[in-house]
Amino acid sequence: MSITVTPLETFRTEDPYPFCPGCGHGSVLDSLNEALVMMELDPAEVVIVSDIGCAGLSDQYFTTSAFHGLHGRSTTYATGIKLRRPDLTVVVIMGDGGTGIGGTHLINAARRNVGISVIVMNNFNFGMTGGQHSTTTPEGSITSTTPGGNLEHPLDICGTVGVNGAGYVYRGTSFDKDLPQRMVDAIRHPGFALLDVWDLCTAYFVPKNKLGRKGLDTTMEGLGLDAGVLFEREVAEYTEAYREAASRMGKRHAPVTIPIEYESGIDEPLSIVAAGSAGARVRSAARLVGLAGIRSGLWVTQRDDFPVTVKAGHSVSQLVLSPEEIPPVGVSVPDVLVLLSEDGLKKVGEMLEGMGPDQLVVALPEFAQVETKARVELIDPKGWTSRVPKAQFGLALLAAAVVRTGMFPPEALRAAAGGPFEAENVNAIDAGLGLAG
Amino acid sequence: MREFIDGTTAIVRGALDAGCSFFAGYPITPASGILMQMMRDLPKTGGVAMQGEDEIASIGMCIGATLSGARAMTATSGPGISLYSESIGLAIMGEVPLVIVDVQRMGPSTGAATTVSQGDVQFIRWGTGGGFPVIALSPSTVAESYWLTAKAFDLAERFRCPVFLVTDKELAMSLTTVDVSAYGEVSVRDRETAVGGPPHTYQPSDQVTALHEYGQGEPVRFTGSTHDENAYITKSPPVVNALNRHLIDKIEEHRDEVELVDADLDPSADTLVIGYGVTGGAVRAAVSTSRAAGTPLSGLVVQSLWPIPETAIGEAVQGVTRIVVPELNVGLYRREIERIVGDIDVIGIEQIDGDLISPEQVLEVIG
Repeated sequence: MSITVTPLETFRTEDPYPFCPGCGHGSVLDSLNEALVMMELDPAEVVIVSDIGCAGLSDQYFTTSAFHGLHGRSTTYATGIKLRRPDLTVVVIMGDGGTGIGGTHLINAARRNVGISVIVMNNFNFGMTGGQHSTTTPEGSITSTTPGGNLEHPLDICGTVGVNGAGYVYRGTSFDKDLPQRMVDAIRHPGFALLDVWDLCTAYFVPKNKLGRKGLDTTMEGLGLDAGVLFEREVAEYTEAYREAASRMGKRHAPVTIPIEYESGIDEPLSIVAAGSAGARVRSAARLVGLAGIRSGLWVTQRDDFPVTVKAGHSVSQLVLSPEEIPPVGVSVPDVLVLLSEDGLKKVGEMLEGMGPDQLVVALPEFAQVETKARVELIDPKGWTSRVPKAQFGLALLAAAVVRTGMFPPEALRAAAGGPFEAENVNAIDAGLGLAG
Repeated sequence: MREFIDGTTAIVRGALDAGCSFFAGYPITPASGILMQMMRDLPKTGGVAMQGEDEIASIGMCIGATLSGARAMTATSGPGISLYSESIGLAIMGEVPLVIVDVQRMGPSTGAATTVSQGDVQFIRWGTGGGFPVIALSPSTVAESYWLTAKAFDLAERFRCPVFLVTDKELAMSLTTVDVSAYGEVSVRDRETAVGGPPHTYQPSDQVTALHEYGQGEPVRFTGSTHDENAYITKSPPVVNALNRHLIDKIEEHRDEVELVDADLDPSADTLVIGYGVTGGAVRAAVSTSRAAGTPLSGLVVQSLWPIPETAIGEAVQGVTRIVVPELNVGLYRREIERIVGDIDVIGIEQIDGDLISPEQVLEVIG
């Protein structure tokens, strides 16, 4: 059985356009209609994504699918539509207003080369809101917001998207006879395509600037801008490239569950604070202690504090290990404070003040004079039999604290130290355990 | 079996298990972990994860993808919610199911990126023009971060609207121990879709029409402007009124389907502590400490922030003479409690210095 599909004669509704007499938008949309007819597309498979302003009225006059969104954001919706459904034909219609406010979206859509086509109906001003100047208003032009003549240089839309990788870029006017064919070329291009179509706003820009059909061409020349197909390059279509890359990424990250193999030696919650410098593996050392606690049947929370930068300033990890499940609430006075650096010391002054003889500070020798009522145990790396890198001092001192508190057997800490840094971690743990022992 | 896991990981897992197939976001502390995990894992499940050029593009992509059949999520922090504002309105107006995660940090402005806060609880409710309702869930533990994320996907489909998951730096980034049995299972409904016919219906006003997706055989229209049931722009007062009533009624008349609280009530207690999010931990700890010391105390952890779970709160305050509301903000949710409970004394604990509220602080106020 064969099915004969009769190509549609039009993608337009029967409603006449709402545009002002002489406005160029209607003929641009007629060209789009012609292009869609030439391509023999299914209107349900075509999504016209429109913007705000007069251009934003466009989608209502087509029988295709439509998305009428917020000012300047149309390329973002179009990108989302295309990423999810690469098979759909996605055509964006915007004005020069949307181009200005959504400039970053245009540039980035061009860079990405997601296969959407953008038609800019560029009439150099905001027609719907009263003829204000836009980013494409030529210098010297009179608009309702440039009564003394526009002082700003107009945006070269095509150049901007073109130099940033767009697959297909065309500049012309609404009077171009080959506009429908150029639209077909743009839509068929696998990458990002943009047509900058200059047209006349007969309500505002034309009367104020005595611009006519010829004036569009002379303005273009005066600005040193070329017409025609300005960029046409072979590009990888983004959605295809994405799926190709995804197919090589393997399986979804699986949860890592922790067996309970050891017995804890505490029957009350115990808090440990490790205070050091960012970049010195304080958080990962604390995490290993946490994992060892969980291996010993404890409920552990780890709350980290660090500046917005990555390898500078303090890094303070607060661990609470408890025989019962506990929420992650803050630690004001820890049972054990592990002091690793000046950066860390600056952040735990109040904790040190609050600590008493029942609490323990485990510190490097340089903090021998630290002011606190807590017991202070100094651990000197010089006494270690094996060489431990500085970034592992935190783990070594935490290992010493494990022994002092008896929170869980040292084997639990060794067992938790697996992973890419296992040998290095076990070395540091053993150094700390040896010295404390 | 147990896990040492942060809320970020739980949120991503909850989303993937709920069928999330599209994510777009922009890096921002403390929400970047969600973006990174989504970029790592979503493509492996056949979905698409994108880093947008900004927050506006990210949520825009999510809305476009949803209308093409995706179940989408985005994640940011307060400064990003500011940029989402117009698109939140678009999703409300166009009835787009969408999950928006807000990992709160200290504001206003850039504030403090790595400092906990609960300063966005009113902002997410009123964060776009018009004052129309949204749904917001707020986990108070890592396990809740998992199942409430899945629940957010479920409710987004049920009501065809943006659903916020409101968490914070501490819950997202702190590691906690979770017994894997605690995650719970959420049944997430399949999307109801339809082909042909109007993409919106306004009568009865509380009824939600199945989503019309692009590329299913019939053209689909969508607009963020006031529109009739066929998504054509209109200013006709009766149609606009019907549209707006519908956007309100579809949620407000079904609040019972959203209400989620964790109530731990003692009928003999004269005091009730109400918290949400990370402060819920202090509420639960204070209740258990107080009871262990022989003083009855009731606790209520609100899991569905918006709409306000008025029925559950109304039941919890029965027989109570005093309510304590600890929050990491200037009493932003307390005002809602005060509005609901009439003459009952409501005492706030407002903490805006970046530290968490401790159970001891709560107990001290109770006295």
